[in-house]
Amino acid sequence: MPDGSAPVLDVRDLKTVFRTRAGDIHAVNAVSFDLRPGELLGVVGESGSGKSVTMMSLIGLLPTPPADVCDGTAMLAGQDLLRMGPEALRAVRGRDIGFVFQDPMTSLNPVFTVGFQIMEPLRRHMGMDKAQARRRAAELLALVGIPDPERRLKDFPHQFSGGMRQRVMIAIALACDPKVLIADEPTTALDVTIQAQILELVKELRARLGMAIIWITHDLGVIAGIADRVMVMYGGQVVEHGRVRDVFADPAHPYTRALLQTVPKLREPREAQLRVIEGQPPLLGAHPAACPFRARCGQAFDRCARENPARRPVGAQGHDVACHWDHRSGAPA
Amino acid sequence: MSAPARPRKKLVEVKNLKMHFPIAGGLLRRKVGAIKAVDDVSFDIYEGETLGIVGESGCGKSTCGRAVLRLYDITEGSIRIDGTEIGTMGQSSLRRMRPAMQMVFQDPQACLNPRMTVAGIIAEPLEEHGKLSGKARLERVFELMDAVGLNRNFANRYPHAFSGGQRQRIGIARALALNPRFIVCDEPIAALDVSIQAQVVNLLEKLQDDFGLTYMFISHDLSMVRHIADRVAVMYLGKIVELADRDALYERPLHPYTEALMSAVPEPDPALEARVERIILKGDVPSPANPPKGCNFCTRCPKVMEICHRVDPPYREHRPGHFVACHLLEADSAAHDQSAGSTGATPTNTSIQQGEDA
Repeated sequence: MPDGSAPVLDVRDLKTVFRTRAGDIHAVNAVSFDLRPGELLGVVGESGSGKSVTMMSLIGLLPTPPADVCDGTAMLAGQDLLRMGPEALRAVRGRDIGFVFQDPMTSLNPVFTVGFQIMEPLRRHMGMDKAQARRRAAELLALVGIPDPERRLKDFPHQFSGGMRQRVMIAIALACDPKVLIADEPTTALDVTIQAQILELVKELRARLGMAIIWITHDLGVIAGIADRVMVMYGGQVVEHGRVRDVFADPAHPYTRALLQTVPKLREPREAQLRVIEGQPPLLGAHPAACPFRARCGQAFDRCARENPARRPVGAQGHDVACHWDHRSGAPA
Repeated sequence: MSAPARPRKKLVEVKNLKMHFPIAGGLLRRKVGAIKAVDDVSFDIYEGETLGIVGESGCGKSTCGRAVLRLYDITEGSIRIDGTEIGTMGQSSLRRMRPAMQMVFQDPQACLNPRMTVAGIIAEPLEEHGKLSGKARLERVFELMDAVGLNRNFANRYPHAFSGGQRQRIGIARALALNPRFIVCDEPIAALDVSIQAQVVNLLEKLQDDFGLTYMFISHDLSMVRHIADRVAVMYLGKIVELADRDALYERPLHPYTEALMSAVPEPDPALEARVERIILKGDVPSPANPPKGCNFCTRCPKVMEICHRVDPPYREHRPGHFVACHLLEADSAAHDQSAGSTGATPTNTSIQQGEDA
């Protein structure tokens, strides 16, 4: 996608700490990334890797306390999201940044009609009157492929199936024509055939509307199919980042490599035994002064325990990795 | 085909199993309909093999697994475990059968009692069914913890102190406690992280080799089922639409639903992703309370024909060991039978069809 254009969203050194009675949890640690117009950035990681918390921090959706977004900047159209007051942020959410969450049942309000919920952001952010908003809401439902949109506006969320509800969520997220769409595991709760429908829809909408998308998932297959760039997170940090084809063809971080090997493939020869990543994901209690992956890493050496590796460029343009080990030379970098 | 002639023993034989749940309605809460969660399925599981059951949510795969273990009172059909009919068995005789057939559940958080220690959880089946003394029982608990890769020193901890993968190991240890022969694994890895899934699957495979276990492995993850299963059944709306050896099914699916399901799986390889031809099914799975007339898949099938809306296709063995319920193949095999005369496959066909009509 366009490489030279100015980013719509530029996040630098984002840090989020949860201050709990049992001590601080460093959930997001110095995460930096940018998002260019019209691009789809995939964010992959396991539960607890900080991928959702990163995005929630940007838009002020974390309860504070315990969450404390304590450092960094997030520039959206010349404004720093992290320095905005709650009212200003509220204006950004929905208008400039749209979201789709994992579970479409819990993120729709069961006591209001779907029409009401799509019209809400239109009336609030776009200043439309009821009739205008209703017309636009019907257009949006048609856009996301819901048949008979006028009638369906009067239905409640429970009258929609899981896939249809996720379409409604996408319609709400797109209502105000946002510059950025954040989709947090939008297809995880769906069946594969329904997931395929939603992925197809997103591809089509992207081509038509041209917004930038951040797509959070743990499914490497989904990323491979739709993303332009991918950011791999582990233990609250970005461990590898680059164009999708570069990262999948030549994964530079031991975690990315292990992750790609551990997932069985449907269309490749079957292996007799699955490769395993031994051990458990890290607990993020201690201040991250060491590499979070070192306990599970085959390449770990003494430096990994002393020093948390910074991201350094590798190979292709825009491909970087946070690892002390150089995967090409097979020696410390 | 890859399947050799099987002199192997059938450990589980399921015939025409139906599990319908009543829908109560009206003033007197009378039965007004039924959810046909499992509707006339037949399959066998050979000793020592893993039968994978795949399908989307609501297709009845979990219900089928539970019904096979008689966790429900089944509506109709026959279930034989090692030759013993348990479909109609009463609770007290069933209880004597329980040690041989166990279950591993999906959610390791929900299936472990939070107020019991790990040792207590694993020992519970031993207390219920065994005659071991306290000391021997604890020894057995330690043995089981070793077998599933749990640290013995954690025996007195509570489930909340363990991660998801470790909790699933506790659940597996409990299922193993009574030396079962047959274990139904109901989505045992669905709640786990990608990097932990492989650990649990490898453990299940190792235990199968060590103890000669037979698995029914229920999952929606087609890639993982391809890895673990020897034979695979695909379910749609309460019925098995296709059942075959793993390689035959994955390399040449015969049912249009299996084909679409496989094509929908995303592949973690951008180059391959770009080449995959997706069959995007329209619409959603119909309600099992009100399945369509004719073939259950006729509302979404890209190859639907006129007959599919009228007649439910029979579930037949179209190739040795390859069962399919689809009119497309009926047409094929009819043409084939006419041109080639009687082939080796015909006798088996008739025997299966009788089972179907019964």
